[in-house]
Amino acid sequence: MLELVSVRRHFGPLKVIDDLDLSVAKGDVLGILGPNGAGKTTLFNVILGVHPVSAGHVRFEGRDITRKRPWSRCQMGIGRTYQVPKPFSHMSVFENVLVAAVSGGQGSIRASRDWAVEVVELTGLAHRMERPAGELSLLDLKRLELAKAVACRPKLLLLDEIAGGLTDMECDELLEIIRGVHRQGATIVWIEHVIHALRRAATRLAVLYGGKIISSGTPDAVLADPRVREVYLGVEA
Amino acid sequence: MPKAPFNAWLVPAGRLLLLLGLCFLIAGPWVCSIPQLQLLTQFLSLLVIAIMWNLLAGYADIVSVGQHAFVGIGAYAFFGFAVFAGFSPYLALLAGGATALVFAVPVMLIIFRLRAAYLAVGSWVVAETLMLGAGKLTAFGGGSGVSMPVSVVRSLGVQPALRYSHIYWLALAVAAVALATTWLLMRSRIGLGLTAMRDNEEGAGSVGVNLIRSRILCFLWTAPFLGLAGGIITLQKLRVAPPASFSITDWTVYVIFIVVIGGIGSFEGPIIGTVVFFLIRQYLAEIGVWHFIILGMLSIGVIMVEPRGLWGILRRVVPGDLIPVSHRPPARPLAGSDSAPSGTHLKEPHSTPAG
Repeated sequence: MLELVSVRRHFGPLKVIDDLDLSVAKGDVLGILGPNGAGKTTLFNVILGVHPVSAGHVRFEGRDITRKRPWSRCQMGIGRTYQVPKPFSHMSVFENVLVAAVSGGQGSIRASRDWAVEVVELTGLAHRMERPAGELSLLDLKRLELAKAVACRPKLLLLDEIAGGLTDMECDELLEIIRGVHRQGATIVWIEHVIHALRRAATRLAVLYGGKIISSGTPDAVLADPRVREVYLGVEA
Repeated sequence: MPKAPFNAWLVPAGRLLLLLGLCFLIAGPWVCSIPQLQLLTQFLSLLVIAIMWNLLAGYADIVSVGQHAFVGIGAYAFFGFAVFAGFSPYLALLAGGATALVFAVPVMLIIFRLRAAYLAVGSWVVAETLMLGAGKLTAFGGGSGVSMPVSVVRSLGVQPALRYSHIYWLALAVAAVALATTWLLMRSRIGLGLTAMRDNEEGAGSVGVNLIRSRILCFLWTAPFLGLAGGIITLQKLRVAPPASFSITDWTVYVIFIVVIGGIGSFEGPIIGTVVFFLIRQYLAEIGVWHFIILGMLSIGVIMVEPRGLWGILRRVVPGDLIPVSHRPPARPLAGSDSAPSGTHLKEPHSTPAG
């Protein structure tokens, strides 16, 4: 479904993504781990086209989308949440989701209204439906991020530290929503530091370090990898 | 049933005020003297220009300081079509708007290569270049401009009162069309995307809002209305001249004041700003340059208190928009949505929405 071939993303002399190859099969839930500054969010920015690649190719469903703009990629079926939420602060929660349903999901306003309400309810924001997004708490902002991404009807959902700062109960709730999206056929790539959440959802893990994938495979195998334990978990091999 | 907030009456009261204002504008030719009618015509022209700048800068993040170019192009094109081509003033007005649209395409191709402050400077440079170009048109009187022939002036009415009321009706029609169509634009899916862009551009792009197409549409949307305003202004002044028709002070600087004071990125802002600007200009003009200083201080003060202008301040107590462009959820909840467990009722990803 998604393929990154020899992708590089440099900011001046800083090589944030360095000759990275990654493929995600349809139906996968790929968890991405890595220490801060490993290039995880930049990887998402490259996949969605927020940052153009310095070299290499990005393919989605067999099509080369390297030169496509973020909105084109979204309309093709790539939805994304941000680690630092990007709400439309002066619009209501409903409108935030409606924008995504209309623009990303490519429906008319009339046809997308019910879908937007459904997504708002699904993500537990029904009681905040008409509140300006700028007034939401961090937890609700994270829910809103997920709601906007889901409203785009993604085939590939990119989740950027969506469970960070949540309680175990909130995390469980979120996990259930994500599993629901996955059950409906969406492929998921999930950057997360909350390993227990990732372990429960991911079919595969990959660890990013210095802009490269240093380990990938089943969650158990990756978490047992001595290199991963050293660079990410801080346990000496 | 939840109780309405104590200040809920402010929204209908505000709408009533707007309605009364509209009634006054419609009754204008019957209740106003010629100087008052001229003042109202200026008000309407400036309102159109302010609505358009607000759309560009407030929503599409195109902070142009060169929109006087399209006012000038509309003015010159109107003059050319009315005087040299022999069009009726009404048709010439429309042709002036269309000409501004045609010019907007190459101007857009130039300035859209730039962003932010560079775009602002670029748009100003393009506008000044066009003004210098207008000064080279000898048929239009070169740098000193030319007055409209009496025959064209009289085609709008032999009596000054009739003539000024005709010009006023044209200005009111242009303002009404500008306001109504821009409202419809903002209510459409394009407007929804523009509102999202106003709040967070990267976030909007990530949920599928086509930032480039939205910007192009906004730019091309504003040009004909600015051209029409230019035609109305020419009808009022009865002459074209590069410094007046392409005046950066009158058609860009004042307009920025108006939108900033009133409230950038809102539909009510340009209306409030234009009213405040005219009140200051009318009642404080006799104190000379001080009224400019007051205007400047007012805009700085308003920005410091509330970046979203006077409407932003009012919006703290007014619980809703007077001219609503926002969307509300369907009144009736979806069947079963209350009881359905999380994650169980999603439709197929990326399928066509139901309905």
